[in-house]
Amino acid sequence: MSEVFGIPVAVILGQLMLGLVNGSFYALLSLGLAVIFGLMGVVNFAHGAFYTLGAFAALLGLQLFGINYWLALVLAPLAVGLLGVIVERLLLQRLYGLDPLYGLLLTFGLALIVEGSLHQVFGATGQSYPVPDALAGALNLGFMILPLYRAWVIAASVVVCFSTWFVIERTSLGATLRAATENAPLLQVFGVNVPLLKAATYGGGVALAALAGVLASPVVLVNSHMGTSLVIVVFAVVVIGGMGSILGAIVSGLVLGVIEGFTKVIYPEASNTVVFVIMAIVLMWRPAGLFGRE
Amino acid sequence: MRAATVFYVLVALFALAVPWVGIYPVFMMKLLCFAMFACAYNLLLGFGRMLSFGHAAFFGSAAYVTSWLVTAHGLGPATAIAGGVGVAAALGFVIGGIAIRRHGIYFAMITLALGQLVYFVCLEAPFTGGENGLQGVPRGTLFGLLPLKSDVVMYYLVLAVFVAVFLFIRRVVHSPYGQVLKAIRENEPRALSLGYDINRYKLLAFVISATLSGLAGTLNALVLSFATLSDVQQSNSGAVILMTLLGGTGTFFGPVVGAAIIVTLQEYLSDYVGGWVTAIIGVIFVACVLSFRRGIVGELVALRQRRATRRMAAPEPI
Repeated sequence: MSEVFGIPVAVILGQLMLGLVNGSFYALLSLGLAVIFGLMGVVNFAHGAFYTLGAFAALLGLQLFGINYWLALVLAPLAVGLLGVIVERLLLQRLYGLDPLYGLLLTFGLALIVEGSLHQVFGATGQSYPVPDALAGALNLGFMILPLYRAWVIAASVVVCFSTWFVIERTSLGATLRAATENAPLLQVFGVNVPLLKAATYGGGVALAALAGVLASPVVLVNSHMGTSLVIVVFAVVVIGGMGSILGAIVSGLVLGVIEGFTKVIYPEASNTVVFVIMAIVLMWRPAGLFGRE
Repeated sequence: MRAATVFYVLVALFALAVPWVGIYPVFMMKLLCFAMFACAYNLLLGFGRMLSFGHAAFFGSAAYVTSWLVTAHGLGPATAIAGGVGVAAALGFVIGGIAIRRHGIYFAMITLALGQLVYFVCLEAPFTGGENGLQGVPRGTLFGLLPLKSDVVMYYLVLAVFVAVFLFIRRVVHSPYGQVLKAIRENEPRALSLGYDINRYKLLAFVISATLSGLAGTLNALVLSFATLSDVQQSNSGAVILMTLLGGTGTFFGPVVGAAIIVTLQEYLSDYVGGWVTAIIGVIFVACVLSFRRGIVGELVALRQRRATRRMAAPEPI
């Protein structure tokens, strides 16, 4: 029972664990993308850049002001979310009513600005963020070693994802948000401040990305391009799940992370491409995505 | 003579004189290759309204295949170019076939993801040289007659191919096929209700665009004598979008202007601002989307049209 197909079970479980960690980041990021797209019709290409900014905010907060991990977990998303609100008010809101492709192009330009500047200021080499003491160890479960920090990442993202889902689908604030996606002018007639709602949504969406960045900073190297290729994978995840569905974004993020981890065990060469291949297959079979409606 | 004719004659004279007026020919060849790339891209974005975020896949894969055919198999430039362009066309057929199943932003995200797939294949495939790419690709002798080692000969070859591609794209857009493509761009449901098989029209536009992008990529590889990951990287797809957008989508000469500006910036700006080039290109992107969406040439055309209408609207003197 210690080997499956000649691969030790502990190795398989370890890779699945890593896959689940990656899947948590996919889920958090695609959730933010889905929320922003749902309400504003903007495909936020800068999502990866905001994720990177979250990680840098945590790192710089620690190095410059000695802000610890737990505080950074709150402060970094707040700061990045505020930046998101400013970006929405200053730039994005000028594009409402135009072809959504312009929003995609604008945020692509923003991503270049953020990543190019970070690269220039902090260089290409990554820096590591220390794992907080409380989560430093590992649990021996008998059949595998479970690093505490990874377990925490998975638990934290699942909780955040499902609370976001709960807020949007089950509360009156969520009902207002969903009403704005259906018919914004009518909602405005009822006295709801729709422009404010949109700014807050964009801020909230990118704050989720920043949260993912802080969570990721102790397990990846913090550098200027950590979000660049990630955002492309997340786009593929969103296409697979179907853009409009929040639950779809969460579930497909987690599942695809696990599939990717599993591919690393069986056929490592394909682990970078498996998500894109799955996307192509899903598109041929169900063009609207697994949970999407055409 | 019409202003446009004068303009084209001046540009043609300049292009012919380039090797003799002290402009570095390799730079001009690179510029022409990217202008070709942008024109090919514009066929899809400007006339078909399909925003592809994965065009580096065609440019880069053709560059790799041509370089591989030359270095590993010792083929001549004509065969190697044909091989590279053929692969780009086939890839365009597959990627285009999948991507046109969705519209707008989904189309953009799908091409982006499939472009990234091609990137990883180029990174990991055994014949691409991994991180180093394929270096030292000889230009060879075209048809066994024309030695391309000389920059001047190579320049005129690239110029001739560019002019051919430019005229071909004009021909395509002005053909009955191009008219239908524009009709689909303006109103897809109506074109569908008129009985056009819109997916076939869109796929053909995608394949033509991918093929010509491949041609640009393979020439660029022969000019610089290397093919690297930056050819196939997502930032290259971003660059061609910016060139087209900055110059003017849906205008014929706009992409050429855009390519000239961006290639010049990438080549010379880094001397002054170092690594800030990426961020500056990002700023241009944002400015372009916010304030002149028609692009430089597009805005000029619009300005001239406004003047013309004002003149027509002015009251006749009694």
